[in-house]
Amino acid sequence: MEVKRSEKDREFVDKVEELSGESVNACIRCGTCSAGCPFVKEMDVLPERIFKRVVLGDKEGILEKNTMWICAACYTCSVRCPRDIDIASIMEAVRQIVLRDNVDKVEVEEVENLQDLPQLAVVGCFRKETG
Amino acid sequence: MEDGLLYYPGCTLKTKASDYEESAKAVMEKLGRPLVEMDDWYCCGAVQSLSTDDIMHQIAPIRTLCCAQEQGETEVVTLCDMCFNVLRRANTRAKENEDDLETMNEFLDEDPDYEGNVETYHLFEILRDMKDEIEKAVKRPLDDLKIAPYYGCMLLRPSEVAIDDTEDPQIMEDMLELLGAEVIENPKRTECCGSYHTVNRSDIVEKRVEDIVGRAVEDGADAIALSCPLCQFNLDYHQRATEFEVPVFYLTELMALAFGLDIGKEIGMKKHRVEPNALLKEKGYME
Repeated sequence: MEVKRSEKDREFVDKVEELSGESVNACIRCGTCSAGCPFVKEMDVLPERIFKRVVLGDKEGILEKNTMWICAACYTCSVRCPRDIDIASIMEAVRQIVLRDNVDKVEVEEVENLQDLPQLAVVGCFRKETG
Repeated sequence: MEDGLLYYPGCTLKTKASDYEESAKAVMEKLGRPLVEMDDWYCCGAVQSLSTDDIMHQIAPIRTLCCAQEQGETEVVTLCDMCFNVLRRANTRAKENEDDLETMNEFLDEDPDYEGNVETYHLFEILRDMKDEIEKAVKRPLDDLKIAPYYGCMLLRPSEVAIDDTEDPQIMEDMLELLGAEVIENPKRTECCGSYHTVNRSDIVEKRVEDIVGRAVEDGADAIALSCPLCQFNLDYHQRATEFEVPVFYLTELMALAFGLDIGKEIGMKKHRVEPNALLKEKGYME
């Protein structure tokens, strides 16, 4: 299938592929990633559908979804993908495209139980969700 | 280092997960391979940066490996699963990509260049090769305890850093059997606990805990065994939102118990939200 994209959409696809080091066109839509993901119930679009939107260059459509923020990089999808696509890296690339516009998805003032939390949780969360 | 193991603690082992450090040091001492803390080390960054262009976030773990190199050592052992994952992945990237290593060394600036000659290990990889020693050290078999092992993510994924089979690991089952415990098969043992969502999306973690701990209880487990400080926190702390009260032990705490170490004197078990004392008293492991 030939996918026609605008130059802007193409730029988005290229950026995702550059940051992730993965080819989004390798996906065969088998749904293994979504089937094994422990967080799908919390996602408003399945990981596999995010792929489809990336292929189409639908940046705006993806960025309004919560999927990449719910992904906790547990790599279950990455180790099970029959096409050996590191889906966790694709999710990271999409997160990075947002964060590199100087966006923070978490604010320290909003963390309710900071004193209770182990250091690695706080460091990990702020690494994944601040620009 | 003749018998000792060069040990990288990371931040959490010195604070919220001090029970893990204390018990691991005690059991490794008993096994004749004491953990010797590095002269100098840095926070690893907790999560691996997955962007191809982000070399900057590889520097912290590589700097720690430089510290090992400067001590004249070639092996570093971690207890924390997240530190293990970050150190091994950064190290793999450095060893396998000459250009990336060169960039890392430019960033390191005043530090000596990293030569890529250090290997990183998780404590479980060391213990796996010490079955005879462990068996001999058991003084008080845990035969009254039903334990569900829990691996989480960072020991097993991605495949290139896994310490065991990514889908069907056995390393903890084997060790629990050596300690005399009854191993409860746990189909949820490789599922993510919710990880860093504990910071700002605790509702997600609570659902994961309900699912993971609930299954262990359904299958008859008295307690859960693991090694990741973040999994320990999540499975322990967030049980407060569930009906469960299941102790979540570091495997080394159970090992200390089986080796006959005195709980309260030689090892603490002080930071558990779900107190293990009631279970241990009921089963006769504590007075």
